[in-house]
Amino acid sequence: MRGKDIIFRLALRSIRLHFLRSTLAVLGIVIGVVAIATMGMMGANMTLSVTEQLSEMGNVLVVTESREGGGGGMSGPGGPGGGSDDDDFIPEEQFKDIERIASKYGTVYALYSESDTIEVGAEERRATIYGLDQDVIPEILTLSSGAFPKSTSSVIIGPSLAGRLDLTLGSKIDIGDPDEGATTTVRVVGIIEERGMSMDLNTDSAIIGSEKLFTGIYGGEGEYRQVNIILDDINEAGNVSDEIEEQLNKKEDQVSVQDSSRMLENITETLGTMTTFVMAIAGISLLVAAVSIFNVMMMSVTERIREIGILRSIGTQKGEVRKMFIHESAILGGLGAVIGAVASLTIGWVVVLAMVGSTDYFFTPSSLIYVPFGMAIGFITCVLSGVYPAWSASNLDPIEALRAE
Amino acid sequence: MDDQPLIELRDVTKVYPLKSGDVTALDSISLSIQKGDFVAIMGPSGSGKSTLLNQLGCLDRPTSGDLLIAGRNTREMDDHELTGLRLNTIGYIFQKFNLIPLLSAYENVEYPYLMKHRQEDENGHISRLLSKVGIDAALAQHKPPELSGGQQQRVAIARALVNDPQILLCDEPTGNLDSVTGRQIMEMIRTLNEQGRTVLMVTHDPTVAACAKRNVIIKDGRIT
Repeated sequence: MRGKDIIFRLALRSIRLHFLRSTLAVLGIVIGVVAIATMGMMGANMTLSVTEQLSEMGNVLVVTESREGGGGGMSGPGGPGGGSDDDDFIPEEQFKDIERIASKYGTVYALYSESDTIEVGAEERRATIYGLDQDVIPEILTLSSGAFPKSTSSVIIGPSLAGRLDLTLGSKIDIGDPDEGATTTVRVVGIIEERGMSMDLNTDSAIIGSEKLFTGIYGGEGEYRQVNIILDDINEAGNVSDEIEEQLNKKEDQVSVQDSSRMLENITETLGTMTTFVMAIAGISLLVAAVSIFNVMMMSVTERIREIGILRSIGTQKGEVRKMFIHESAILGGLGAVIGAVASLTIGWVVVLAMVGSTDYFFTPSSLIYVPFGMAIGFITCVLSGVYPAWSASNLDPIEALRAE
Repeated sequence: MDDQPLIELRDVTKVYPLKSGDVTALDSISLSIQKGDFVAIMGPSGSGKSTLLNQLGCLDRPTSGDLLIAGRNTREMDDHELTGLRLNTIGYIFQKFNLIPLLSAYENVEYPYLMKHRQEDENGHISRLLSKVGIDAALAQHKPPELSGGQQQRVAIARALVNDPQILLCDEPTGNLDSVTGRQIMEMIRTLNEQGRTVLMVTHDPTVAACAKRNVIIKDGRIT
């Protein structure tokens, strides 16, 4: 035994001699650390993943027809089923007004959309069909293959739709339900790059064609489902939104402007709250571990009352007895934290892959920070749960302690 | 011998407050012990001799009165200082040996040495001490439960001596030993006294008390 660390060695020896009990206490801490770190990492990965997806459309303002007093709020912009109400449109004049106000801030375009039955060979599906200005399409969409549509019979499609229906360049799609009337056959000329979920356009499972193609099938020329504004500067979102509402909703609410940056903020905030909540639940396991450590330490004190009495009677200071027990819980906490950290990286990786579907953000600082965070919480919990037993051991009356059997 | 006593008790009273009423274990005890003295404290069970030894060993504090050790009043000392006194000035030998069962004999003796010196014994002091009390190197590696009562008490004596204390307190040192081993232990304690250590020993055995230079009889908490 070295003089300097005799107290530490005594603590280590006690842990070694009560191996099973100590192992169980360490296991408790490991579980706690893994729970905290894994849940934290999962939340961080989820937030990062969703934020990444959403921030791609963070600079978009969506203007839709206001349904003042109509009940049910606005129709879901851009998404499938978004155009179920035929009266719900922005007329040409309003689009011109919006364009006049917002064009100096970025790209303004209007779109038609409809959810309809499509047929490829013998397979029938429903899909969203967008009608956009032919000149605007190359500005807002990127193709992974093929070319942009140049005629009223050519369309570009989203990668998910292409994958599901085995569509390639040159494939033919029949739009419309054959049982309800004539169908229109269009040819795929391009496949759009994956864009993910978006507020303005959900193109991954959609068909995009020219305005003429759309109005040719569904009519309603000049009756747009929504107007999208892609801002050059995201910080202008509030200004543009206010300006449009101020000018168009002067007399009555005609349009409603959705600011995606606000939505992004809300979603991030919600995810943050969820992460905190899940981590709080994980914290319960750490609390259980703390109780287990406390129990181990109290048992250790009870079993060693006589030993403490001997140590005190031969000149061991109260502080040194206290230190011995604190060391013991610190060693257990340290072991638990280190093993927990290693386990967190392994288990966390699997959990993130299973729950988030991607580990792209796993090794980012904002995700990995939860490992040292979990370790610190585990270690501190462990040391704290050793404080009272240590205090009670050091305050034992040496005479009483010597009498203990 | 110095004029100033090494240990001095002035009207020391120890009262244990109990629900059934206060118990006076020591009642105004005054006693002076000079350096190099060998005092046997005798008395029947419950007379207060162990309480007296606990006061002298600074394991307990008197309810009233003063206890002076090496000229210092223990009443004015805090727990830290009293513990320091137990480490450096007082060696305690118990009836039940009170060795730490999980440490080897060597480690038991080494423990207070390390607590005092904060470094390992590089001069073989502990081994020599153990050898002097009859514990060889092989035996020193054994844990207390693997040793006989006599061997354990020898280890306890080595532990009490390791920091070279001025005062040796013995609480029934032969109480748990057979008569032959008891005699050997007493011989050892007498030698230690002859070498200059002040010894205070609690016993109820007159033959053991006969080894002392002075006997103090205590009854009902009073010196008779």
